[in-house]
Amino acid sequence: MINGQTQNSVTSRYQWLILCILLLALIIVASLCIGAKPISINDIYQVLFSDQTGLTSTIIFEGRLPRTLNGLFVGMALGTSGALIQAITRNPLADPGILGINLGASLAVAIAVVFLGATQFSAFFIYAALGSLVASLLIFAIGSLSAGKVDPLKLTLAGIALGAVFAGLSSALILFNPLAFDQIRFWTVGSLDIRTLSVPLYIAPIVIVGCLLALSITPALNAFGLGDALAATLGSNPIRVQIIGLITITLLCGAATAAAGPIGFVSLMMPHIARWMVGPDQRWIIPFSFILTPCLLLIADIIGRLLVVGELRVSIVTAFIGAPILIYLVRRKGASSL
Amino acid sequence: MSAMTKNLLSKTLVLATALTLVYFTLFIGDDIANNLQDIWQLISGEADKYQSIVVWQWRASRLFSAIIIGAALAISGAVFQSLVRNPLGSPDITGFNVGAFTGVLIAIALFGNIYWYSVVGAIIGGLCAAILVYLFAYRDGHSGFRLIIVGIAISATLTAFNQWLSLTVSLETAMTAALWSAGSLNGMTWLRIMPATLLIVALMGLALLLNTRMKLLEMGDDTAAALGISVNKTRLIIMLIGVSLTAVATAITGPISFISLAAPQIARRLHPQKHITLVGSALVGALLLMSADFIAQHSMQNATLPVGLVTISLGGLYLVYLIIREGK
Repeated sequence: MINGQTQNSVTSRYQWLILCILLLALIIVASLCIGAKPISINDIYQVLFSDQTGLTSTIIFEGRLPRTLNGLFVGMALGTSGALIQAITRNPLADPGILGINLGASLAVAIAVVFLGATQFSAFFIYAALGSLVASLLIFAIGSLSAGKVDPLKLTLAGIALGAVFAGLSSALILFNPLAFDQIRFWTVGSLDIRTLSVPLYIAPIVIVGCLLALSITPALNAFGLGDALAATLGSNPIRVQIIGLITITLLCGAATAAAGPIGFVSLMMPHIARWMVGPDQRWIIPFSFILTPCLLLIADIIGRLLVVGELRVSIVTAFIGAPILIYLVRRKGASSL
Repeated sequence: MSAMTKNLLSKTLVLATALTLVYFTLFIGDDIANNLQDIWQLISGEADKYQSIVVWQWRASRLFSAIIIGAALAISGAVFQSLVRNPLGSPDITGFNVGAFTGVLIAIALFGNIYWYSVVGAIIGGLCAAILVYLFAYRDGHSGFRLIIVGIAISATLTAFNQWLSLTVSLETAMTAALWSAGSLNGMTWLRIMPATLLIVALMGLALLLNTRMKLLEMGDDTAAALGISVNKTRLIIMLIGVSLTAVATAITGPISFISLAAPQIARRLHPQKHITLVGSALVGALLLMSADFIAQHSMQNATLPVGLVTISLGGLYLVYLIIREGK
C-alpha cells in the first residue's frame, strides 16, 4: 500500500515535471511573440534559422531574445537561491530580497561605480557577488548570535535592518554623482529589458553551475532539515552543506542582481508553489523551483508589456503578484512558530 | 541613590547634547558668528541683514522643523507601540509611512502640488495602509513577526505602485515626488512648517489627553473594558491620531524612517522606571532628528543629504545593535 502510494506520487511528480517543462517552453515562445509589435511563430522561425535582416530580426535579436534569455536565467537563479535559503535557514519566509542580500549586492555595485570606476558588466557581476557574499555572512552572523542557531525572527529582523542600512548608503552614494546615478538607475527598479545578448550569455554558465551545485546538495539538505544533530547522525555534515549552500546563493544572487536588478518576491513564493506540487522533498523542490520561477518571471514580464503602453517593469508586476501570497503564507497556522 | 544619580547624569548629558547641537546648527560656518559678541548681536537683532537671514530665516526654521517632525514621528511611534504592545508595531516598520507617501503622490497627480490636498492625501493613504496591515496581521492578537512580514508585503506593493506612478506622471511631478521619496528637510521655511506645526501640536495635545486610556488599554482589552473604556472606539481614535501624526510629517518631508521605532525605545531606556512616556519619546525623537539632520548637512562637502537617508542608515544600525544585544 505504502509502496503503491510512493510509486503513484513519483509518477505524478514526473507528470508535473513534464507539464512544467512544456509550460516553460510555451512561455518562452510567447515571450518572443508578444509585444508592441506582435510577431508570428513562423516569422520567428525564419529569423532564427535563416539569415534574414530587417525590422523583425532587429526586434528579435536586440529586444525579445535577450530579454527572454535574461528572464530564463535570472528566474532560474532567483528560484534556486530562494529554495536554498529557505532550506538552509529552515525558514519558509526567507528570500534574498527580504533578507537584504540583494540590497548588499546593489550597494557593492554602487561602491564599484562611484569609487572604482567600474563600467563593464563583468565587473558589475564580480562586485554584486562580493556584495551578496558579505551581506549574507553579516546577516547570518547577526541572526544566529543567540544560542548559536539561526532564529527565523532574528534573521528576518537582521536582514531588514542591514538591508535598510545598505539601501540608505547606496542612495547617499549615487545621489550626488549624476554619472553613477545614470548607471545605477537600472538596479533600483528591476527589469529584464536589456538590449544585448552578452548579459544573459555572461550569466548563463554561472547560473548553470549554481543550479548544479544546488542539485548536488539536495540529499544533504533533506537531512539538514531534520536538525543539526539528526543530520550528523545520518552521515551528512551540516557545516559543509551550509558552506556550499552559501557559495551557491552568493553566485546566484550576484548573477541575478547584476543582470536584472532587485526583483522581489519570486524567490520567496516559487519554492512554496513547488513544495505544494511535489511535497517536502528537496530533491524535487529545487528542480521545480528553477523550472517554475522563469515561467512566473516571463509571465510577469509579458503582463508588463501588455498592460501599459511604454511597459511596466517586471519587478512592479511581481510585487503585485507576490505580496498577497506572502500575506497568505504568514497568516497560515503555525507560520509564526517556525 | 546611584540609580538616581545615573538618571540625572543621563538627563544632563541629553540636554547638553541638545544645546550643543542647537548651537552648532545655528552658528557654524564662515562669517556667521566668529565669537560670542557676534552671537549676541544675532540674538538681539543687531547683526547685519545677511547674517540674520541665514540664521533666523534659513537655519532656525529648519532646526524647528526637525524638532517638530521628530517629536511627531516619535509620538506616533509610541502610540502604535503601545497599541500593538510590540516595538515592531511602529509606523516605519509596518510601512504605512509609505502608504502616506502614496496618498501624497495620488494627490499631486490628481490635483497638482497643493499643500492641504497633500496632507489630506497623506492621512487617507496612511490610514488605508495602516488598516490593511493591522487587519491582515491580526490573528488572535498581533505577533511582531506577522506585523513585519505583512508590513513588508504591503509596503513593497505600495512602493511598486509609487514607482509606477512616478514613471507615468509628468517629469516635473515625478521630480517633486522623487525629492520627497528620500525624506528631506531641505528648503523648510517658516511658511511651510507653520501650518503643519499647528496640526501636529493639536494632535499631540489629543494624544496626551488620551494617554491614560492608552495605558489602560495596554493592560489588556478585558481589563480596560472592565474599567469602563469602550475598547474598540478608543483604539480607533488613538490609531487615527497616530496615523495623522505620521501622515502630516510625511506630507511635508517625505518618509523619514526609524525615528518612530527608535525614539520610544531609547526614551524607555532613559526613563528611571523603564516606561515609555509620550513626552520622553517626543524629546528623544526631536533630538534624534536634529542630530540626523546635522549629520545630513555636514557629512558631505558642498552637498546636503536627504535626512531620511541618514535616519535609515543609523536606525538600521541601531536595530542591528538591539538584535545583537537581545541575543546575548
